[in-house]
Amino acid sequence: MSIDIELQQAAVKYKNKQKVKDRFISAFIGVFAIVWIFPIAWTIWTSLRPYKDVRANGVFSIPKTLNLDNYTEAISRMDLPLYFWNTAAITIPAVFLTLFFGSLIAFVVSRYSFKWNVSLLLLFTAGNLLPAQLVFIPVFKMYITLGKAIGIPRVLYDSHWGVVLIHVAFQMGFATFVLSSYMKTVPKEISESAMVDGASVFVHYTKVMLPLLRPALASLGVLMTTWIYNDFFWALVLMSTDSKRPITSALGRLQGEFVTDYNLLAAGATIAALPTLVVFFVLRKQFVSGLTLGSTKG
Amino acid sequence: MSSTAKDINKVSRRRAFSKADRTTLSAFVGVPLFFHLLLVWIPALLTILLSFTYWSGISISRIKWAGLANYKNIFFDTPAFWEALKNNIIWLGWFGLIATPIGILLAYQIDRQIRGHKFYETAYYLPVVLSLAVTGIIWNFLLRPDGFVNGLFGRDIDNAISFFGNYDINIYVILTIASWRHIGYIMLLYLAGLKSVDASLREASALDGATEWQTFKRVVFPSMKPVNIIVIVITIIESLRAFDIVYIIYGSSAGFPILGTLVFQNIAGEGASMKGAAYAVILFVLSIGPIIAYLRTTFKSDVQ
Repeated sequence: MSIDIELQQAAVKYKNKQKVKDRFISAFIGVFAIVWIFPIAWTIWTSLRPYKDVRANGVFSIPKTLNLDNYTEAISRMDLPLYFWNTAAITIPAVFLTLFFGSLIAFVVSRYSFKWNVSLLLLFTAGNLLPAQLVFIPVFKMYITLGKAIGIPRVLYDSHWGVVLIHVAFQMGFATFVLSSYMKTVPKEISESAMVDGASVFVHYTKVMLPLLRPALASLGVLMTTWIYNDFFWALVLMSTDSKRPITSALGRLQGEFVTDYNLLAAGATIAALPTLVVFFVLRKQFVSGLTLGSTKG
Repeated sequence: MSSTAKDINKVSRRRAFSKADRTTLSAFVGVPLFFHLLLVWIPALLTILLSFTYWSGISISRIKWAGLANYKNIFFDTPAFWEALKNNIIWLGWFGLIATPIGILLAYQIDRQIRGHKFYETAYYLPVVLSLAVTGIIWNFLLRPDGFVNGLFGRDIDNAISFFGNYDINIYVILTIASWRHIGYIMLLYLAGLKSVDASLREASALDGATEWQTFKRVVFPSMKPVNIIVIVITIIESLRAFDIVYIIYGSSAGFPILGTLVFQNIAGEGASMKGAAYAVILFVLSIGPIIAYLRTTFKSDVQ
């Protein structure tokens, strides 16, 4: 009896001590968190102020007017709709093809047993981890050579499809890896009964496995969309025409061009970040599960 | 997991594939494999070969064997290489000793559901979704000569601190920006791992009188081995491959050399050496270790 009470007292004492400590920790992390989002808040604040006002009164002045003028001006002067269109023309086909190819390999590797299954999976996963710099010189030359050979110089180099293909080739390694570990959790009986019923491989994939994969495809799709949307490297090295670039790599040039009018630039950057912020607030669960599906297997 | 594979194995061995099925399977594997090999593995091998040559990049017949000349040039006659290597190593040290541990500790505290944990999680994770191009612009607002920080210190444009141009401090400025993103990323990965740690283990160790720190060190950390390895690998790989943020701020100028941007040197023009390719190979060789560690952790169950 007395031991019980003693234990209880110890637990209460511990909890009280912990509570005080937790408050302290919470306050510390809280201050740190505010510092963390300050740069973003400052950018949005800057984007709402007219350039003239800041120029006349300094960055710390209390604003006389706050409006969305910088946004409308950024959209027209920076050609943002054009760059968004370019981004869509790259991101949408790239994400679909990546998921499609990744799911094909993952399907074969996890549902049929060939002796090269593990090697194939290793090849794809390792390929995804190679540095982009190791790959880009020959890819660049291949694109140019192919263009010359078929008489259409810009068929892949300096074209959206060229960027799409390199994203697909790289990212399908990650997609294969994530989808195959997901598929291994699907009960074998489902595949067995499909095979016993005499379903062809094609039907087994389209009618049986694909519908079951939907949640994993959604998570992975969200993650891939943000990755490809945010890519900077490939659109930079495989394209030469500014007006064909996606928004993320166009920003680099716009930064130079509008360097003095930084309220306008702030509005442009905020608009460019908007799609990823929507993903952040609306599809956050999918984003996180896509990320962790790949990294914390098992 | 492995028993599932074995059972399916038996089923599929018992029945031979029809001709249509064989065609389907070959296409399912063949088409993705073709693109992956053509655009990833073959170029990677070609880059390794090219790193031993001189090539203007125009006609294939003009490729000249260079032996180890490009590497010799890099190691003995290119101070920028050592400068870059030094920067990458400082980057790795900063990420490994400061940014990654902060991310892990944040995850640990947020996972304990301290007051406001939902808001904190959101705040730290927000920079992860932004592209590095946007990140570069955002920080430029704060750090430019007429920006927020200089204003805070009461400095006008003429005697402003040049955060990006001053060689004594610019690496720490860039590392702060890179950490802004990295810490949230690590926190996110670790939070997901922590969800799988049995909460009763922690309570038990707390009741046994273990301090918070002891609980973390002795109970939580060891039970997270796979996640720990992934986090270490990501830290190393990100430090070696750093590129976007530096390129956004400095362009291809040599304002801040790191291995990832040196690759763009000497890859075009008459009499060009394939020094850029050699840099890429060096970058690759340095990242082989972490890549293998990653593969070993994730494929442990498959290989057995």
